[in-house]
Order: sequence, then structure tokens, then C-alpha cells
Amino acid sequence: MSPDTRPAAGPRVVPVRHWGQWIVVAVLVALAIKLIADIAAHSAVRWDVVFSRFGAQAVLEGLGMTVVLTIVSMVLGAALGVGIAIMRLSSNRLLAAFAFGFVWLFRGTPLLVQVLIWFNLSLFLPRIDLGFTTVETNAIIQPFTAAILALALNEAAYMAEIVRGGILSVDKGQAEAAGALGMTPGQTMRRIVLPQAMRSILPPTGNELVTLLKETSLVSIIGAGDLLFRSRQMGTGDFTQMEMFLVASAWYLILTSVASIIQAVIERRFDKDRAPSGLLARLLPVRGERKEVSA
Amino acid sequence: MSSDALVTIQDVEKSYGHNEVLKGVSLEVRAGEVVGILGPSGSGKSTLLRCINHLEDVDRGEIRVDGVLVGYREHRGRLYELRAREVAERRQDIGMVFQRFNLFGHMTVLENVIEAPLRVRRRPRAEVRAEAMELLDSVGLAHRADAYPSQLSGGQQQRVAIARALAMKPKVMLFDEPTSALDPELVGEVLGVMRRLADEGMTMIVVTHEIGFAREVCDRVVFMADGVVVEQGPPAQVIDAPQHERTRTFLARMSR
Repeated sequence: MSPDTRPAAGPRVVPVRHWGQWIVVAVLVALAIKLIADIAAHSAVRWDVVFSRFGAQAVLEGLGMTVVLTIVSMVLGAALGVGIAIMRLSSNRLLAAFAFGFVWLFRGTPLLVQVLIWFNLSLFLPRIDLGFTTVETNAIIQPFTAAILALALNEAAYMAEIVRGGILSVDKGQAEAAGALGMTPGQTMRRIVLPQAMRSILPPTGNELVTLLKETSLVSIIGAGDLLFRSRQMGTGDFTQMEMFLVASAWYLILTSVASIIQAVIERRFDKDRAPSGLLARLLPVRGERKEVSA
Repeated sequence: MSSDALVTIQDVEKSYGHNEVLKGVSLEVRAGEVVGILGPSGSGKSTLLRCINHLEDVDRGEIRVDGVLVGYREHRGRLYELRAREVAERRQDIGMVFQRFNLFGHMTVLENVIEAPLRVRRRPRAEVRAEAMELLDSVGLAHRADAYPSQLSGGQQQRVAIARALAMKPKVMLFDEPTSALDPELVGEVLGVMRRLADEGMTMIVVTHEIGFAREVCDRVVFMADGVVVEQGPPAQVIDAPQHERTRTFLARMSR
């Protein structure tokens, strides 16, 4: 007999009603409507300008620069971060201390200040000695290079902490088993530890990507040609500042949304060792086979 | 030192800080021999096993496997510890099975077994794969080749771990309490695989609490306590007619 054809027996069960929640919802909706009405009635924002500038050449160029800055800084920062994390976990105290100092310095000072220092590097380091040749600092440090240096090094400090936590989250027995099979420390790290650390590294890295996307706007102060810089330039040119801020905000929202979607997709791909978690797998559990080991 | 000794352990000492774990242990294991190491927890038996493939370093003494010092290089009467890369190379012929299985969680059963032959021995994939499937078949898990470790029971995971170690064609297999983390009803399947391995002539050193297994399968039983070998000999002697008080107390406690 299936459950729905069974004759009703016993009293009906009524779940708790959350009246308080509905009151809060009503208040919030009322406030939102009032705000929107006020803006519509009194604000001086020209919405037609907002919409027409959305795809303006300068805005799109700025958008491209923001994307490039984000991707390059993220890739460099992540690579450097892995190196710093491994140094931090090294048995060599000096290497570990260097890594600690790096993170301490770049995480402990504001990114905006770091951007300004890199851009004005020539003030206390007029020439850079590369060993085989010496170059004028100003020849290398352009707004773009200063922006990349600041963003990538700052990102590396945060990524180092995330990667370190990820590596520590992998059971020590994994590296021992790999070592007992004759795998070298390098192979063990690349093939066994890092792939499993990914599961705890990826979620915070996704957050880092979203944060970095927004933080690239800080480099507009040195005229690096990013989305905010180009939007402001356009806005001050013809007194449409607020319109251009809205255009930039809309694009930042689109970028961060895309980043969040990419993050979700990648996280699912790295979740391999959990049993298949698709809808079908959850509806049809394989009984008796899937047994978690306790103790 | 007898000529056919595959593993020789000589006067090995090891401490953690002020805690002396091994106080001069010597032991020889011949090729094809199955040696069980029994003893209360804290007796140093697991540490001794882990010293054999240099998962732990020793403070004094030497350990040779097939004549080779695993973790050290001898120079003018001193032993210099080798770099991790060199140790890795010398570990290839020593298989190890852990209490907690330690299967690679992000790899399938088959990937776990072929990883080391592929990356360490650098042998051709097709050949390694075929051998791996044979090994998995011999431990009764060929049908689970594509499963992930988390989808297997503890007993199944440990059988895969044994297949993984065997895939490197080791000269000796070290077992570190291989059934201690298992539910009681799963112990038998793992011991069954080990028993067959012993029958096939594999050299095995087994740290275990399974007195029954030690009695039936081991050629020799070594009883350790407080960092020394208290007594050793055939199981019939050590388990059924122990000479030392320490051994008698331990065995009495185990059989209760």
C-alpha cells in the first residue's frame, strides 16, 4: 500500500507559523518601495545616460583592463602564494621566517599604500641593478607594472595563508603513504597533497578572486586605465559622475557574478573523492557499499 | 649475521626528547620469513617498523634491507642521513601497509594502485594497469576498481592498500597494525589476504595485536616491551610457552 492511499489516522500536524518573520518582510518591502519612489521622484540621475554609456568604448576598454589586471594578478599571486606557503611549512627556520615576514608585510599594510609605493618606487630606488645591467626605475615602473606588482604581491600574501591552511588540512598519512611508495617530496606535493588540499583551498580562493576584482579599482589612483578610472574620466569630462559610477558598479556586479559562477563550477570538479553527489546518485544510494569508516 | 638475512636491524636506539622508545633493538629477518611483532602499546614496535623504511630516523645503530642502508650513507664509520629524494629511491623495494590505510582520497582504487609504478618506476601504463587489475582481482576487489576510497568499507580499503604496496613488487612488506582500525567483522578478510601472501613466500614483518594470526601464520614471533626485544622464537614457544613474566602478563591480558 502506498502512503497516499492509506486512510488518514491520528490528528493532523500543523507546523509552527513564524509571524515575526512576516512582519520583518513587510517592513523591508515598505522601506524599499519608499526608497525607489524617492529616487524616481527627486534624483537628478539621467538614466538614459547610464544606459547609453554602458557600452561606451572607454568603459569597455577599462573593463578589459580590469579583467586583465585581475587575471594576471590572481595567477601570479596564486603561484607565488603556493611557493610562500611551502616555504612557510619548510623545516628550514630561515625560509619559514622569510615567508612569515612576507605575509606579515604585505597583509599588514593597506593595498592602496602599496599601490602608491610601487608607483613612486623611483623616489627611493632611482635605478635598479639587475646584475648584468642597470635600468632606470621609471623605465620599468609604468602604471600597469606598478598595479600588477602591488596587486600580485598583496594577493600572494593572502593566497599563501589559504594554501598553507589547505596543505595542513590534508592528513599526514597521505604524504607518508606516498613516501613509503618511493615518491619524492616533489611528487608527493604535486600528485598527492596539493590536489587534496584544493578542496579547502578553492572556496576561499573564489572569495579572493571576487575581492581582487573589486580591489583593482584602487589602482585607478595611479591612472592604470581600469574600469573605475576610465568611467571617472568620462564622468568628469561632461559632469555625469553619478551616471558613470552606476555604469561602473553594474559592470563590477556582472564581473563578480561571473566569478562566483566559475568558482561554483570549479569547486564541483575538485570534489571528486566525495561519492557522486548528483541528483540521481542521491535518489539512488548504493546500499551497503558506501560505508564511512569511523574511529 | 647470517648470509640469507634480508632485513638486519642492529642495536637501534631512538628517543623522542627524553622518552627512549627503542633501547638497542637487534633483529634479523630472512627472505621469505613472516615475523610477527607483539607487545603492549608504547613498547616501540610501530616505531621500529617505521625505522625500517626510514619514516622515522634512528639515533644510533643501523638497519639494512637487502644489504642497503635505507636512510643513510656510510662514510668513515659514521652514518650520514640521505636527502629525501635519495631515501625515496631506496624505499621503492619496501612495501608498507598502515593502520589507517592512507589510500589517496582523490584517486580511484585503480589509480591508487598504478600511481607509484607509473610515477616512481616509470613503467608503461598498459602493462602497469593490467598488473594492477590482476592484483585487485587477487584481493577480491577488481569490481571496485573505479570506486573512490570513501565509497569502500575499511576492510576493502585495507585490501586495496595491500594491492597498492604489492604493485611496486617489494622485497619485503611491512604491516603496521593493519587490522586495528577495522570493525571486528572486517578483520578476517584482511588477514585472509595477508595469509595468502605469506603462503606465496613474501617476506613480511607484521606489527599486530591478532594473537591468532601470529600463531597460525608467523614463522617467528618477537615480543617487545619498553623498547627492547624481550623474547622471540616460534609462535608455539613465545605464545604458548612464554619464558618471561612480561610476555605472560601481556598474553594473559590479550586473551581475556
